[in-house]
Amino acid sequence: MSILILCDHENGQLSPVTLNAVSAASQIGGEMHLLVAGDQTGNVAKAAASIAGIAKVLVADDKALENGLAENLAPLMQSLSVSYSHMMAAATTTGKNVMPRLAALLDVMQISDIIKIEDANTFQRPIYAGNALSTVSSSEAIKVITVRGTAFEAAAAEGGNAAIEPVAGASDAGLSAYVKSELSSSERPELTSASIVISGGRGMQDGANFAMLEQIADKLGAAVGASRAAVDAGFVPNDYQVGQTGKVVAPDLYVAVGISGAIQHLAGMKDSKVIVAINKDDEAPIFQVADYGLVADLFDAVPALEKELG
Amino acid sequence: MKVLVPVKRVIDYNVKVRVKADQSGVELANVKMAMNPFDEIAVEQALRLREAGTAEEVIAVSIGPAQNQETIRTALAMGADRGIHIEAPHDIEPLAVAKLLKAVVAQENPGIVLVGKQAIDDDCNQTGQMLAALLGWAQGTFASALEIAGDKAKVIREVDGGLEHIEINMPAIVTVDLRLNEPRYASLPNIMKAKKKPLDSLTAGDLGVDIAPRLTVVKVEEPTARAAGIKVADVQELVSKLKNEAKVI
Repeated sequence: MSILILCDHENGQLSPVTLNAVSAASQIGGEMHLLVAGDQTGNVAKAAASIAGIAKVLVADDKALENGLAENLAPLMQSLSVSYSHMMAAATTTGKNVMPRLAALLDVMQISDIIKIEDANTFQRPIYAGNALSTVSSSEAIKVITVRGTAFEAAAAEGGNAAIEPVAGASDAGLSAYVKSELSSSERPELTSASIVISGGRGMQDGANFAMLEQIADKLGAAVGASRAAVDAGFVPNDYQVGQTGKVVAPDLYVAVGISGAIQHLAGMKDSKVIVAINKDDEAPIFQVADYGLVADLFDAVPALEKELG
Repeated sequence: MKVLVPVKRVIDYNVKVRVKADQSGVELANVKMAMNPFDEIAVEQALRLREAGTAEEVIAVSIGPAQNQETIRTALAMGADRGIHIEAPHDIEPLAVAKLLKAVVAQENPGIVLVGKQAIDDDCNQTGQMLAALLGWAQGTFASALEIAGDKAKVIREVDGGLEHIEINMPAIVTVDLRLNEPRYASLPNIMKAKKKPLDSLTAGDLGVDIAPRLTVVKVEEPTARAAGIKVADVQELVSKLKNEAKVI
């Protein structure tokens, strides 16, 4: 058995979620290889080679792979597939974009967003926004899998000394072109890897009111998130969204402010270790999953919370 | 240009799903079903393309049991021109769906396929990408904006870090995200009109596609419920609990 894991990277840095995907792969067993695909990826390859337990890092350095376009990346991964029993990626927007394309090229059914590994062929994954858990087994020759990062501890980023090997064969399919990105820049931790997340919902009433949450976030070293309602209303950008179809988070502490707790929001945060809900409606469903609920007007409670934190 | 819109019939998003006692799946009997909300957004976008003069015809296709024709009628009531129903089991896998859609694309020659990025039942997020692979077409996934100009489409994608702008060749597959548009409601007269719109019915065999499942569902279970929490009286008590009891701050 041999596993290829696609590295997530951004701006020349290895994304931490890759460590969670490696940790999932290590539970399957067998030799683990990482694929770093991109342009000028030297730093990422170096970081990948240091991850504990990795035998080999394949580096596909090509202009055509610079922006991770699935039309160019999937055929490259297909060309590497003969050596592998499993091909995996974190269930990020990159992994979700390319892996199904790869699976179809290989004529295999993908297993999306796994949260548990029973054995090399059997995996558990959430369905219906996590309201049911499905255990599926695959007899495909190559298992194409995406991994929910929050369901697996991160592998050690140091301690490995994998060989770095270039791979050729990348080409531009000529189907798609990257134009530009509008990325949110923030000094705060990344939402999916933060140990504390404070999120606002429709109850925030206005994007400007998120400044109240940001002040608390800065005191706690937390990331700021939002419910779909808050994103749809234009209070904050899409990358803040926590939920079934947004980001899935599982921090040590999740603070939901002015969020009612729709099923699709709960799907994105209910695996958090401790959940706090602040909402003026004591019937709000969010209180059913909250460890600590405070029924209060958030415009009183949030400033008071900031003061109390000192 | 024709627009093909695959629409999936799923349990209505407001329904709390129940796992069957024998762990074979979730209870579907006597449960309210509806069009997958992401596919509604795809139908809406297709209609807007037609209304803008970019497209001439909107074809809704649904794959599943006979009841899926209701989902097609919903799309027709929203404004789609005609429907295609492909008879298949309810739990058909995305790869098989993509193969059937490829066969429909070969028959219909659409200029674009618009589909929801994910179905809210199996949460797979695969079909659009798989169809793009099988056709060798470009894919614009998780689209929050779409602009078609000649043989190119500009797509703004919702990605983890924010937004990404790409330009893709047509024909293409575009999988739609929440913020692309707000789907219209079907009016009563349009619901009546939809009953008279053409709806063809086919089988997987007619299209020569093997739809045998590749994965075996071992079991489906309820997740462990969270233990009930407590209500705190005020912010002071909250902070004290977080510091001393939960020890998370």
